[in-house]
Parts: sequence; C-alpha cells; structure tokens
Amino acid sequence: MSENISLPKPYKITDIIKETEIEYTFRVEADLEVEHGQFFQISLPKVGEAPISISGIGDNWLEFTIRKVGKVTNEVFELEVGENLFMRGPYGSSFPINEYKDKDLVVIAGGTGVSPVRSTLKYFYENSDSIKSLYLIAGFKDEDSILFEEDLEKFKSEFNTIYTLDKEKIDGFEVGFVTDHIAKVPFDSFENYNVIIVGPPVMMDAAAKEVLKNGVVEEKIWVSFERKMSCAIGKCGHCKIDETYVCLEGPVFNYTKAKDLLD
Amino acid sequence: MSYAVSIEKMDKVLKELKKKYRVYAPIRFEKRGRYSDTDLIRYAEIDSVKDVVYNEKSDFSPKEVIHPITQTLFHFTEYEYRESQIDDKEILIFAHPCDINGIKRLDTIFLENGNNEDVYYKRLRDKVKFVLMECQEDWDTCFCISMGSNQTDDYSLAIKFGEDQLSVEVKDNEFEGFFASEEEIDFTYKFVTANQEEVNLPKIDDKEMLKKVYDLKMWEDYNARCKDCGACTSACVTCSCFTTSDVIYSENGRVGERRRVWASCQHEDFTEMAGGHSFRNTPADRMRFRTLHKVYDYKERFGEEHMCVGCGRCTDRCNQLISFSKTINKLTEEVNRLQKEVN
Ligand SMILES: Cc1cc2nc3c(=O)[nH]c(=O)nc-3n(C[C@H](O)[C@H](O)[C@H](O)COP(=O)(O)OP(=O)(O)OC[C@H]3O[C@@H](n4cnc5c(N)ncnc54)[C@H](O)[C@@H]3O)c2cc1C
Ligand code: FES
Repeated sequence: MSENISLPKPYKITDIIKETEIEYTFRVEADLEVEHGQFFQISLPKVGEAPISISGIGDNWLEFTIRKVGKVTNEVFELEVGENLFMRGPYGSSFPINEYKDKDLVVIAGGTGVSPVRSTLKYFYENSDSIKSLYLIAGFKDEDSILFEEDLEKFKSEFNTIYTLDKEKIDGFEVGFVTDHIAKVPFDSFENYNVIIVGPPVMMDAAAKEVLKNGVVEEKIWVSFERKMSCAIGKCGHCKIDETYVCLEGPVFNYTKAKDLLD
Repeated sequence: MSYAVSIEKMDKVLKELKKKYRVYAPIRFEKRGRYSDTDLIRYAEIDSVKDVVYNEKSDFSPKEVIHPITQTLFHFTEYEYRESQIDDKEILIFAHPCDINGIKRLDTIFLENGNNEDVYYKRLRDKVKFVLMECQEDWDTCFCISMGSNQTDDYSLAIKFGEDQLSVEVKDNEFEGFFASEEEIDFTYKFVTANQEEVNLPKIDDKEMLKKVYDLKMWEDYNARCKDCGACTSACVTCSCFTTSDVIYSENGRVGERRRVWASCQHEDFTEMAGGHSFRNTPADRMRFRTLHKVYDYKERFGEEHMCVGCGRCTDRCNQLISFSKTINKLTEEVNRLQKEVN
C-alpha cells in the first residue's frame, strides 16, 4: 500500500506571535526537510484545509503567518500554544536559493506577500556573506497592516531596505506603492542578479512591468502565485492553468513561465 | 478462446462471479430521465445480464465506480485522522472501448500526475477488470475514431450481446473455467471503424498561438448559451476534478469525516479564493478552459494522447444543445485561419 500523502499530521504549537489584529504567526515543532517558498495544507478536522506558505524555518520548527479571513483560518486563530495544528506538506516549488548566492538580489514584496519570502530573507540575513547585496522593497497598506516589524528593523543592518505604506507617512516608511520605489534600485551597477516579486496579483503584474522597464531580463525574475487549492498534490484540478498545476510546478515560478500562465 | 453462451448460462456465471466481484454495468432506471417519460441509463451493480443496456449509450460513464461522486477520505476525531476503509471485493465493469480508454486518462491524473498515487483511487482501481461490450452501432454524437479511443486491449472478457445468446471472448485465464463446457465459436470483437461525427483537432504550436486562441470571438457565443450547470463535466468519463469538505456528525463534537465531491470547472466558484477573488469569470472563459483541457493542454502535459475520448456524453447531456464536436471543429477552423494569417 502506498503512503497516503493526504494524511494530515499533528504539529505542536510552541508560540503564537500577533503580527497585526488579523495576522498571527504560528510556530510549530517540526523536524522536516523544507525549502524556502514551499507551502503546507493546514488541515483542521471539522472545518477543512487551506494552503499556507512557510514563513519561517528553524532547526526543529516552522512558522506560518496566517491571515484570518474565513472558515479554516478563523478556526486556526482559536488554537493555543501547546495544542496541535494538523497539517500536511511541504508542497510545491521553492525559491532557488543556490542560484541567488554570490549575486545581487532584489526582493519586492507587498502585504502578505512578505510571508512566503520571509524565510529567504532571514536566510540571507544570517548568511550575509553568501550574497553580494540585497535590496528589499516591502510595502503595506497602512500602519496597522505592517507584518514582521522586528525582522524589518533587523534587516536594515544587512540589506538596503525601502519600506513603504500606500498612503500614510510614518517614521521609517516611505509613501506609495512598492512599484513607485523600484527605480531606486541600482540595477545598472549589478553584474549578475535576481529579482523576487511576491504579493497580490495586481501588484506582481505592475512590479514585473516596472522591473522589465528598468532593463531586467525575464529569466531573472521570480514570482509566487496564489490559486484556489483543494488537494495540493495535482489531483483536484482547482489550481490548473493550461498544462500547469500551480500546486506542483508552483507556487514559485520563473517569470519566463509565469508570464504565459493566463486565465 | 471464444464461446457461444446463453443468457441463462451467463447469469449462472454472473452468480458465481458475484461471490468475488462487484459487477457493474449500465442499466436502465425507468422514468428517472431528465425529461418526463424518459429513462436514465447509468452504472449500477447487476444481478442479471438481461439488465445490461448494451444497445443505447449510458447517460453517465463508469467513472463513478472508481471515482465516486462523494467519497469519504478520513474519519476524524479532535485528535486523529483515520483513513476510510473499503471491503475487499474485486470489481468487474462492463464498458465500451471509449470508457476503458477514458479510465486510462483518469489513471494518468490520479496515479501519475505530481508523481504521486492517490490512495483512494488506487485502492479501487487495482481491483478493476473490464468486460468489453461491443458497440453495435455508432451513436450520433460519438467521435471515438477522431480521438483514437475506439480500440483497447485492456479487457478480461469481450462480449457481443444478442437477443438470447452472447458471444464471449475470454482473454483472461482466470475466467476460462466458467465457459469450458460451452460451444467454442469463431468470434473476434469488432471495434467501430466509422463514426457519423468526425472531429478535426486543433494544432496549437506555441504560446503565441495559444494567446490568440484565448482571444477568439467564438468563445463569447457561450456567454449566452452556457448556463454553468456542469452537466457536461459530470457526464464526462475523463473529468476528474473534486473539492474536499468536512462533515461533522454532531453539532458540538469534532467527530466527523472528510469527503471529496465531484467539482466542475464550469461552475463559477471553481477558482474562487478567500476574499472572493476568482479567475475565468465568464461562461466563455470556462468553456475555453474545458475545451482546451480536453483537446490541447492535457496532451501538452502528458504527451501521448488527448484527454477527450469522444464519447459524446457532454453533447448528449447539454441542456443548451452545445455540441462538443462542433465546438472542437469550430476551434480548429479558427486555428487554421490564424495559422494562415501568420504565414
Ligand atoms: C500557495 C498558497 C500560499 C498561501 N499562503 C498564505 C499565507 O502564508 N498566509 C495566509 O494567510 N494565506 C495564505 N494563502 C491564502 C489562504 O490559503 C486562504 O486565505 C485560505 O485558504 C482561506 O481559507 P478560509 O477557509 O479561512 O477562508 P474561506 O472561508 O474559504 O474564505 C473566506 C473569505 O472568502 C470570502 N468568500 C468566501 N466565499 C465567498 C463567496 N462565495 N463570495 C465572495 N467571497 C467569498 C469571504 O468573504 C472571506 O473573506 C495562500 C494560498 C496559496 C494558494
Ligand atoms: S490543488 Fe489540487 S490539483 Fe493543484
């Protein structure tokens, strides 16, 4: 009998960090091989399942940053430290960290889009010798929706950071969309580099157009997609776009592939 | 070896077989059809070969035997998930070549895609043997020949039905014993060699052409016609999509089960994500998606064959009289026209 890969397993919650009113980070005990940018199916008996990106990777723990928007996510927010979070995974493609090494890296992330790329950022923060430079443009709607404040503060010492809020002006943050700040990245001075773009679909489209305008070639751009998913293992069909299954070949795609994924 | 077998004898064999197998065939449910005074023909377990409807196309395919409309995946309590169980009876399915080929397409999705095997599908699929039923006529919406699915060698028995006698070819030694005392005859199963309906398949060579296909005006016709009912996808032998949902047994308890239920890409909410954001928002978009899956992108992904097997059930079931073969032919005409414009 082959292993049932849709069987959820219990993971003990060891910490819950309140990022905003509606976004909490859950840390669970887990000793698993995972890659940056992959996701799990959070799987709660009685309510159902939801795909959630890994937002942090530790020696024997994983973090998930979850926005409370509906059935499954509401129920996750009822859980407390010490209780079990049922999950299955990891699933999907990841950011090719090795390809980013010893080059310049530009990360453009909007809102909850910071979450799938956070473990990559932390990796290069802790291994800053393995990257030439890292430019981080992170944007949020307003002061109340800022995620990972502590991390953002720390990143300033190793990365070139631009933090921005859509309309509000507060200390440490610029005003405007992430796309308004892309021109500040000195693409011309880079020899070899990559660009990661993660956020809502409209933001990813706009940011990709903007970096292309700045002379970046498609092969160097990486994005992460969100689609409705039910199985996460290539069976249910919900995530399919043409011949591509986002749960299998994605969520992380190179732009050369992503630009052809039309609905 | 082939034999002439009386109906009575075949029913005796069936009785023996039923000790080990669940035997499924298309049977008639009187007055249960879509319109008043019409019957419904669909798959169910049989007690007599007399019940097998061999000279009409079934409204639904045999896929529900292996990929049930609703299926329990897990039973859960607050603390654990337990995989659902099935009994250990084997399965015998009476089917025409298109449906056996259709089930091979399901195999590709459930057993190959993503390099993982779906245990719920596999545990049923591994039990299945086929009884091939000869197509005695070419029904008006069939286009199996265009799809290359009019033939198969995946069967244990092949049967040609007659009024009171059956011609039976025994291919699987397991069944030879049941017929040893019967009269040997010269019978070879005949596959259909001509359809009234012929379908030309589109040649979409690259993504540039695909983008043009997306923008074709022809899809917009379906905005007025298609009512998003999903009858086509539930009748289709190769449609495999599903949604999982949890059901609880009592209001306050956490005891319950996780099920999966057939889903349709023709339904509006098929791609809807939290926040209400969805993709393919018009019937036109969804019709394009389904058409291209059946005659373009499944083959792009898996290489060998198209997903559609030309059984024509989607056409038969459509309330709005949308003919899938006409849709494909129209698409091919348009692609040919676009091709000429390029050259
Ligand atoms: C690869 C991937 C990674 C993801 N990573 C994360 C992550 O790291 N963090 C995160 O928080 N999320 C992430 N998501 C999104 C997350 O999966 C969804 O937010 C989650 O599935 C919501 O599930 P739910 O059951 O809580 O909400 P549901 O109950 O399914 O949906 C609730 C929301 O949808 C709306 N809604 C529901 N039905 C309708 C309707 N019929 N019409 C209009 N609106 C409707 C509700 O108003 C509500 O806002 C990711 C998704 C993918 C595909
Ligand atoms: S989520 Fe089911 S196929 Fe991708």
